Amino acid sequence: MNDLTEAELRDLRCVAGLMVPASGRFGVPGADDRAVFADIVASLGRDTALVRQALGALAGIAAMAAPEQQAAAASFRSAGGPALAALHRAVLQCYYRDDRVVRSLGLEPRPPFPKGHVLEQGDWSLLDPVRARPKMWRDAPRG
Amino acid sequence: MNEMVDVLIIGSGASGAAVAYSLAETKMRILCLEQGDWMKQSDFPTNGRDWEARRYADFDPSPNRRARDTDYPVNDAGSIMKINMFNGVGGSTVMYTAHWPRMHPSDFRVRSLDGVADDWPIDYWDLEPFFAENDRMIGVSGLAGDPAYPPRDPPMAPLPLGRTGEAYARAMNRLGWHWWPSDAAIATTEYDGRAACINLGHCTPGCAQGAKSSTDISYWPHAIRAGVELRTRCRVREVTTNAQGMATGAIYYDADGREQFQPAEVVILACNGVGTPRLLLNSASARFPNGLANSSGLVGKNLMLHPWPQVRGYVDEQVDGDRAPMLSIWSKQFYETDPARDFVRGYTMQFHRGTGIANEAMTSADAGLLPWGEAHHAAYRDLFYKRLQIGIACEDLPEERNTVTLDPVLKDSHGIPAPRIDYTISENTRRMMEHGIARATEILEAAGARNIYTSRTALNYPGHLLGTARMGNDPERSVVNAWGRSHDVRNLFIVDGSIWVTSGGVNPTSTIQALALYIADCMKQRLATLFD
Repeated sequence: MNDLTEAELRDLRCVAGLMVPASGRFGVPGADDRAVFADIVASLGRDTALVRQALGALAGIAAMAAPEQQAAAASFRSAGGPALAALHRAVLQCYYRDDRVVRSLGLEPRPPFPKGHVLEQGDWSLLDPVRARPKMWRDAPRG
Repeated sequence: MNEMVDVLIIGSGASGAAVAYSLAETKMRILCLEQGDWMKQSDFPTNGRDWEARRYADFDPSPNRRARDTDYPVNDAGSIMKINMFNGVGGSTVMYTAHWPRMHPSDFRVRSLDGVADDWPIDYWDLEPFFAENDRMIGVSGLAGDPAYPPRDPPMAPLPLGRTGEAYARAMNRLGWHWWPSDAAIATTEYDGRAACINLGHCTPGCAQGAKSSTDISYWPHAIRAGVELRTRCRVREVTTNAQGMATGAIYYDADGREQFQPAEVVILACNGVGTPRLLLNSASARFPNGLANSSGLVGKNLMLHPWPQVRGYVDEQVDGDRAPMLSIWSKQFYETDPARDFVRGYTMQFHRGTGIANEAMTSADAGLLPWGEAHHAAYRDLFYKRLQIGIACEDLPEERNTVTLDPVLKDSHGIPAPRIDYTISENTRRMMEHGIARATEILEAAGARNIYTSRTALNYPGHLLGTARMGNDPERSVVNAWGRSHDVRNLFIVDGSIWVTSGGVNPTSTIQALALYIADCMKQRLATLFD
């Protein structure tokens, strides 16, 4: 659980939507979608302090008009730093595990285990010219 | 008080497990104290939908961010390279990538060959039989015939090339540069009761399949069956000594936080290149005021961390992404010293297979490759599963200014002073890094990659903790002798990466374990005269 204020939650949801808006073209929700955002808030964990720091720099963004929102977000992004990285992590780690988003990428929404994946062997004949190379390692005098 | 044991091993990771297994055949009473827990495969991240996020949470490689109650904090604010490690049965092998290169013969003779640092008191050929034994115990996949190494014969077939490996191989052949499928501590067939790899990806934060060989599932079952006792959640505070200057055992805090004393005839430290100097420095006494085994003043000095730039780019067609182990191929094209370059020594190139879909988004957003807003979606689809990424494992030469000391303020949850890291990258290594970045860029361009991005320091924290209690024949210039025994304390041994003299340009676990087996063998050969 985190203890973000209502104002911080509004700003965070706004920023999530600015970062990844819904797209009809790709058939995906935005990161401000109710389910995605609930996951973001529940998953802040170790990033809570840095996300709160980011929201401090973006305070009131939810109440701004769209052009001001874009300008505030651009200014924050240009400053970079750990708070921006934490914000990226908080939003994108949840967005890219949402079933709808995963399916839109042509993937099955599931954990890797236990089904795993199939890895093709590939063309081992590519190794033939390397096999033909002479010894490369250096001899070294014994102690 | 606990009963006396013949051998007390502190730390159950790569080296502690190997030395315990090897010494078990002596039938001595052997006890290992481990500050962490046994890990369960069912707890590893790839069991759940949040597997990528947990890499930044309870399976973060940094003990400071992970902050499990079994971890200790590290003040690494004074280092451009951050400290990675894991505390639990298996140590950092639980959270390593399982890349398995050996040191090269030249790595043991850098002074003789290149006029820098120091030669090791042993060489590749001393370790060769122990490399082979260790490969069998760990279960290594790979391919014989690599012209960059003396002959070796991994017990299992290599990981498949896959689409990513093919993309790299074609580029390397175009350039005429060496490459070879990486040796990996990942089972490609069932091996010693362990399951074969099913391509879960995300090997580093623990393998849910059990195909990645960490020592909790390789060495420890054998060692325990042979009679070794392993006691978990036991955090050692100090090694104790008597009036004769011999080690008498260790004081530790048990799982309930109670202080205990464990007497022992022989003490072996296997706590890694940060934990071992921390323990030695915390074991200072009236007889050893500068820390135990530190008459040379070199305990905690010469820390080597392997700077590891990463260069990545994106090809047009999807490759393997995270649908396979991260490991693919390696290149030793620039490993050996070339007088035409502006640096000595060299580096391994480690070719990565890709990354997961959430991690692609996070790291690309941080790198400025992924915009916010409407353009995000199209840009993302141009990146995901199209990444090629090359890591450059630079040899880090020893420098006494790079240190592990005791932090005057920071303490762990038991009140034990925490380590402080002060480390800078040398000019020779920086030139090597830039050379590697330029070559990696050429390779990616030859593979048709675009959006090429270099990370010089971020993400390059391989957790290779080396050199802080170096071995050598001269007691004034080394901490332990050629078979791991302290020059100062004749029943104290060190077997982890802290005894390395130089670092090579390779992931160290294979050589750390071969060295631990070698030291155990030396001890077994000398049992009657071990303290002479």
